[in-house]
Amino acid sequence: MKLRVLYFASIREKLGREAEEIDLPAGVATIAALRTHLRARGGAWGDALAEGKLLRAAVNQDMVQPEAAIKAGDEVAFFPPVTGG
Amino acid sequence: MKISVQQEDFDLGFEIKNISKDKSIGAIASFVGLVRDVQMTLEHYPGMTERAIGKIVDEARGRWQVMDCTVIHRYGALQPNDRIVMVAVASGHRGDAFAACEFIMDYLKTRAPFWKKEQTPEGTRWVEAKAADDQAAGRWK
Repeated sequence: MKLRVLYFASIREKLGREAEEIDLPAGVATIAALRTHLRARGGAWGDALAEGKLLRAAVNQDMVQPEAAIKAGDEVAFFPPVTGG
Repeated sequence: MKISVQQEDFDLGFEIKNISKDKSIGAIASFVGLVRDVQMTLEHYPGMTERAIGKIVDEARGRWQVMDCTVIHRYGALQPNDRIVMVAVASGHRGDAFAACEFIMDYLKTRAPFWKKEQTPEGTRWVEAKAADDQAAGRWK
């Protein structure tokens, strides 16, 4: 299952990456599962996406909860809690 | 309704003059947010930002009489005292205009994908989200 993942702010800086196309194994079907899958890359990924670290996620530009489903072709994003205004 | 995410500065007077001329509008409440203390860079998520602000404005329209509304949020490099954000809400009466304006600002703080990075004498740092902002947004539930 292919989808696009975007990273913003401190997450983008820690990963040294702002976007990637990713081909996920079957079974990685939620935001939480994707986060675990990416964290398993280790190094900066383990740190930036560490369990217990407060992160927000969006699917197709809508903010979602960790249990939200993801599907092929989605645009997923990970970022820290927002600080605009 | 006008939503703009832009690098350029804005002119509140100009924006208010350009609010709808609907004759039943009796009040326009506005808010301008400024950069305090330090230089900063604002990053955002193009596409999602406009969409998120649009959803916040729609929610305000569902709760109060909002006859017109302008929201402008800047991104990029900003200096102390620069304007960052403005909200102007037009309504029949002031109660709805004040409430919707404050609601939109509170929700912008917790739902619109912007991130501030401050440049301090000690180096740069990402601003941490504040629990007080979540509480401010939470009181509208």
